[in-house]
Amino acid sequence: MPFRTEPVTVNIGPQHPSTHGVFRLRVTFDGEIIQDLEPVFGYLHRGSEKLAEERTYTQVVTLTDRLDYVASMSNNLAYVLSVEKLAGVQPPERAMYIRVIAAELQRIASHLVATGFLLQDLGALGTPLMYCFREREKILDLFEMLCGARVTFSYMRIGGIFQDAPEEFWPNLRKFLDEMPHNIDDYESLLTGNEILLSRTKDVGVLNAETAIDSSITGPVLRATGVEWDLRKHDPYEIYDRVAFDIPLGTVSDNYDRFILRILEMRQSLSIVEQCVEQISDGPIRTEGVPNLVRPPIGDAYGHVEGPKGELGFYIVSDGGIAPYRLKIRSPSLINLTAMKDMLVGGKLADMIVTLGSIDINMGEVDR
Amino acid sequence: MTVALSLENIVGELEASVPGSIEEVSEKDIWIDMNRIHEVCSFLKQAQDIELNFLVAISAVDYIEYFELVYHLQSIKHNHSLVIKSKCWGRDDISVSSVVDIWRGADFQEREIYDLMGISFTNHPNLKRIMLWEGFPGHPQRKDYFEPPR
Repeated sequence: MPFRTEPVTVNIGPQHPSTHGVFRLRVTFDGEIIQDLEPVFGYLHRGSEKLAEERTYTQVVTLTDRLDYVASMSNNLAYVLSVEKLAGVQPPERAMYIRVIAAELQRIASHLVATGFLLQDLGALGTPLMYCFREREKILDLFEMLCGARVTFSYMRIGGIFQDAPEEFWPNLRKFLDEMPHNIDDYESLLTGNEILLSRTKDVGVLNAETAIDSSITGPVLRATGVEWDLRKHDPYEIYDRVAFDIPLGTVSDNYDRFILRILEMRQSLSIVEQCVEQISDGPIRTEGVPNLVRPPIGDAYGHVEGPKGELGFYIVSDGGIAPYRLKIRSPSLINLTAMKDMLVGGKLADMIVTLGSIDINMGEVDR
Repeated sequence: MTVALSLENIVGELEASVPGSIEEVSEKDIWIDMNRIHEVCSFLKQAQDIELNFLVAISAVDYIEYFELVYHLQSIKHNHSLVIKSKCWGRDDISVSSVVDIWRGADFQEREIYDLMGISFTNHPNLKRIMLWEGFPGHPQRKDYFEPPR
């Protein structure tokens, strides 16, 4: 007589060490094969969009810090760019360079977190994560010199930045730029030469390019499918049209591709910072005449940047007052989860967490 | 550089292919009849040389008398973009057609609008609350929402 089997539905999370925050997955298993999957979130919903309606344009910068809290600089940049677009403010050159330096360092820091946690999720407890965090620590030290904070920076302002980089910032940045390529070599050898990692990530969580575009996927996850789409190149903002860099692309779009892509992107970011340091010149860091209480004219604007996790956009509607009438955040982490089902159904339980890690979500940004 | 599609051309194309779908045109924006959103979107995705195959964002804005849905569309192939808007009149029981079958990326965003703004989408495969729990009273992103006293 054959055994009667039936699918089992299991909740993974919301309190689970590998879900990278308060995130729940409702998964239906047949044995250890995933049959169906539904992400459930909202546990960290703070209503940032609603809160923004009661704060002045400058105060909202502090709310953006708390979206993707491992990439606050990128969030700051996306927000101030949108407001500048709405209010028609042009920031000075030096401020744009410093903003790009900060945003690219932040991209490296965010990718380091993603890479470190991948290895952690694969069972290499502690050591590789600490390698990555060691470098991230240096970036946070640099940010501390810029603005005095290590996580919630609030460094950027409408029409510039909060303060110029202090003198000791530049030699420390130089030191970091000299050391970092060797450290990236280390990570690369940890990834590419690791038998366990290869067998666990190759051909796992494959996503095809068509589904990715259809599902509005952006960032490294989209580029891993071989689609060349990077807002820094395709819709340049700030000074990205003045620096040369490549867009690394994947081929197979499995978990391995997504991670190796992040390593390659870190190298490109370093090269961008390097070029910015060469090109930057002295000058003002705030646009003259932009008041603290900015009152953009009635209208709307959408500004976006290529954040570490994908396209981060802010749609702002102004009624002419001191606070946004409506602020909508297009968060890459939330939208990148759309195709998660395609990547996982038919796969094994053990691959689920690795694939989730390879999408690189941040719950602060998913729930807002 | 992403080029914004010229509104004149789009208005012409839409009038030829989806007649009567345009409600209003200004210098910067174009408003679509709320009942024709699905038709217009599916035309914009398929039409040659427009091919807006990438949905960047859907936003909803509460203007008290009406809600405005804003679709930011993009073509990855041609690197151009278009913003279309639609005024949804009414306060309760507003429903517009879902665009999930055109762009799957609309899935979570429409659920979010349903949850926080209270606009429902017909033909959405899984329309339920996303940030808040089932049974939450009201829709917090509306302008007339006030937190009940604790």
